Amino acid sequence: MFDRRLVQYFDWGLLGLTVVIGCIGLATLYSAVTAETPSPQKVLFFKQLIWFAIAMAAMVASFMFNYKLLDRWSQPIYTICILLLICVLVFGKYVGGSKRWLILGPISIQPSELVKIAVIAVLARYYSKDAYTRGFTLRELIRPFILTMIPILLIVKQPDLGTAMLIVLIAGTMTVFVKIERRSFISLIVSSSIIIPMIWFFLKEYQKQRILVFLDPDRDPLGAGYHIIQSKIAIGSGMIGGKGFLKGTQNALSFLPEEHTDFIFSVLAEEWGFIGSIVLILLFLVLIFWGLNVAIACREPFGTILAVGITAMIFWQVFINIGMAMGLMPVVGVPLPFISYGGSSALTIAIGIGLLLNVSMRRFLLE
Amino acid sequence: MIKYLKTADSEWYKQRIISIMICILAVFVILFVRLIYLQVIIGEELRRISLNNSIRLQSIDPPRGCVYDRKGKLLVDNRPSFDVSIILKDAEPVEQTIEKLSEYIQVSPSDLMSTIMNTRDFSSYKPILVKQDIGRNALAALEVHKHDLPGVGVKVNLRRNYITHQYAAHLIGYLSEINSDELKSGNYPGCRSGDLIGKFGAEKTYDNLLRGKRGGKQVEVNANGQVVRVLKTVASIPGHNIYLTLDQDVQMKSEELLEGVAGAVVAMEPTSGRILALASSPTFDQNAFVGGISRDKWASLISNPFRPMANRAIQGEYPPGSTYKIITALAGLEEGVIDEKTIFECPGFYRFGNRVYRCWKKGGHGKVEIIKALAESCDVFFYQLGQKLGVDRLAWYAKASGLGSATGIHLDHEASGLIPTAAWKQKRTGIPWQEGETLSLAIGQGFNLATPLQMAVFTSAIANGGKRYKPLIIDTIKTLDDRLLHEEAPKVIGKLPVSQHSLNLVKEGLWQVVNSEKGTARRIRLSRIQISGKTGTSQVISRKDDEQIAEENMAAHLKSHAWFVAYAPSDVPRIAVSVVVEHGEHGSGAAAPIAKEVIKTYLRKESTQYQIVTQKQRQEGSG
Repeated sequence: MFDRRLVQYFDWGLLGLTVVIGCIGLATLYSAVTAETPSPQKVLFFKQLIWFAIAMAAMVASFMFNYKLLDRWSQPIYTICILLLICVLVFGKYVGGSKRWLILGPISIQPSELVKIAVIAVLARYYSKDAYTRGFTLRELIRPFILTMIPILLIVKQPDLGTAMLIVLIAGTMTVFVKIERRSFISLIVSSSIIIPMIWFFLKEYQKQRILVFLDPDRDPLGAGYHIIQSKIAIGSGMIGGKGFLKGTQNALSFLPEEHTDFIFSVLAEEWGFIGSIVLILLFLVLIFWGLNVAIACREPFGTILAVGITAMIFWQVFINIGMAMGLMPVVGVPLPFISYGGSSALTIAIGIGLLLNVSMRRFLLE
Repeated sequence: MIKYLKTADSEWYKQRIISIMICILAVFVILFVRLIYLQVIIGEELRRISLNNSIRLQSIDPPRGCVYDRKGKLLVDNRPSFDVSIILKDAEPVEQTIEKLSEYIQVSPSDLMSTIMNTRDFSSYKPILVKQDIGRNALAALEVHKHDLPGVGVKVNLRRNYITHQYAAHLIGYLSEINSDELKSGNYPGCRSGDLIGKFGAEKTYDNLLRGKRGGKQVEVNANGQVVRVLKTVASIPGHNIYLTLDQDVQMKSEELLEGVAGAVVAMEPTSGRILALASSPTFDQNAFVGGISRDKWASLISNPFRPMANRAIQGEYPPGSTYKIITALAGLEEGVIDEKTIFECPGFYRFGNRVYRCWKKGGHGKVEIIKALAESCDVFFYQLGQKLGVDRLAWYAKASGLGSATGIHLDHEASGLIPTAAWKQKRTGIPWQEGETLSLAIGQGFNLATPLQMAVFTSAIANGGKRYKPLIIDTIKTLDDRLLHEEAPKVIGKLPVSQHSLNLVKEGLWQVVNSEKGTARRIRLSRIQISGKTGTSQVISRKDDEQIAEENMAAHLKSHAWFVAYAPSDVPRIAVSVVVEHGEHGSGAAAPIAKEVIKTYLRKESTQYQIVTQKQRQEGSG
């Protein structure tokens, strides 16, 4: 039963890359939570260590089975995730004005994180059947559209705009990847350029305000704008060599409410400078390309599209998180893979990497 | 067409993935360039800023709206308070700075240190409040020695100022620090811990209007923590002003009259429901809450057996006593059980079953019809009437009169009182209704409970011909620049289910209470103002019929509560009053004089104003 080639083809490089980024993440998180005044939240670091262990186990579990089973199981998994999202709205715990967490005994999980994988799997299943080079027509896109919108609406309701936006981007990337039929594409562009301004017209004043602040943080100099300024100061003040591990001063100022999650990159950039930041960014670039390479090496549509979807998830999170910290992007809470504090996020990315490993090590099965 | 459909194969996918790779590379180039810009090109500048930690946020607290009475007289405003705070990071050497500071503001260094260490969300980069409201001398000293005190700042904050101490404390309410539950509730957007919010009374009800919206400044500070430059400012939005329906003189008078006793006065305009006075005694000083009430003060307020924090006018539930006879009378007339000519004989007691129910007047009232029964408050008349009506019909009229349910005044913790029915008692106690209880009920004893406010609303309805108005505590809400935001319009919440004829009979009876020879409140008769009213005495403990204890010999806390409800002038009522004096024994002796004074204060003022206006008109006409 056990195929020796599974070991032979195992993607040690991808695993190694993951471990390296994970270690950088732990070190940065340690700095972020230690420097916090007045009460260092070191407990968060140890919590994250435990989460990493769980994530590792999940990663192993995600490559043990043949990923093609996921093709068959994607629908039920998707349904379970949707049910979890509904549970969040009903039984969820309010933290900081939104309901995102489900409490399961000692741990709390964020189903909106896990749902990303479910959406990727269910879309990969749909897009891998009857795929033609002319792309998908509008009519064929209705089903994936609905599959994407259900979790998005539930997540917007929490509200967790960052994750909702991320799912839109992931699904969008996958759809563009499998190609939208040209005429459909044009009509999509045209209709959305008509509808979006109309939606704006119907929004209430405070909603417009929120969107404007989202696009231009400077409009809110006491909130988002202030955070961006402090984040830019933190990154820039790292200069080339950085201030040294645990020596960041901006971090200690506790200028950011979410320094161990949303603005973790600023902590790293301040302490490790340009050299450290560019190393991390390059590691992410390599990881993303590695993922895409897995997609290419897989000679079968479901595996390819799955790998592209997972890689898209990693890419968007990296780009949005780092872009936001550097003031290129709107302020939105998207965790940096393996670096930001957060159990559900680590778990989701680990499952994603596990699936990439899975696709990668089973590529021979088709050859 | 089919032949054009080429199945997507691995090669095709590969081409598309390669395009994606190119896009991703381009995006990473952007990140890369931005990183170079921030860390290499402007890195030095940002390093300098970060070393000074020089960008700070300062909040600008909005001034809270003021509270006025109906005539625009200022009741509550804000006064400047000079609050001292310290930023530890800038205060190096900290111990020396604290020592000096302690000298100037006269707080021992150890106390200062403990205040600092006990601050919530302590941070050496944020200002920590060490003393509020320092005096002018201390302020001058701090200003002079400013350079000796790095990191020490004095901020002018606005402090709530209740201009007249203890005035309308229960109605206006007070402010206190927001607690974590309130923060989480989402009802206080924009608030953060340490903020003061309305916790009681109108301050609470209208908190979101009074509060305004916080603004702030992004500032650059120098190494000493002094502001060098303001980068950005968001102005605060001041809260709105509210104009209460209160008449300051009537309110003051009511409080004055209640001094030394426990009780409540509610005065309202019978034609609109606007509250003219709402007093509860004993009361408390709202200023004690400003800047945080001390634990001792709070403990003494809470443990005081007379419960000064309770608003007796809306929370106090008392058996309505004989004031309830108005309802029994209306029910009897409407149901046709009696008419104006029906006569009951009162020998001073009424035998029902094997019990004897006494009239308050030992010798009895003789032959009594409805008007005399009300005027002289004959118990025996109402025992018989109540018995004929039965508990449930009586309860129906009481409920239709607004008893047993909250009036909907915009104040928290309003009690609803209680109107018992046979079913209620069965459910509550498991014991069926005893017919004898109906007799007690008919004269307002027994399970009945009503608040002074409910009785005021009811009395107003009698006075105005049957309309029950919702009691209003605010007239208008205006913005800081005097723009009208909201005007509270009178709202009818119910009608008394009675004919004008019955109402007139009852009103005649109430007029005689004060104005006839034997009326129970004849002692408060005024020559110039005609008052109609009804006395009430509600027993605190039920006395057995054969027990003959003189009120004077009873312990104070067992004495009856005194009630008086009234309106005036009798023909065109402009004020309705309801008074309760706890353990005041008799409505006529303890409560009625208070009502009289309240009415006098209001109507005399009105008439003088009327005279001034007419004089003016005359002058203008002649001139």
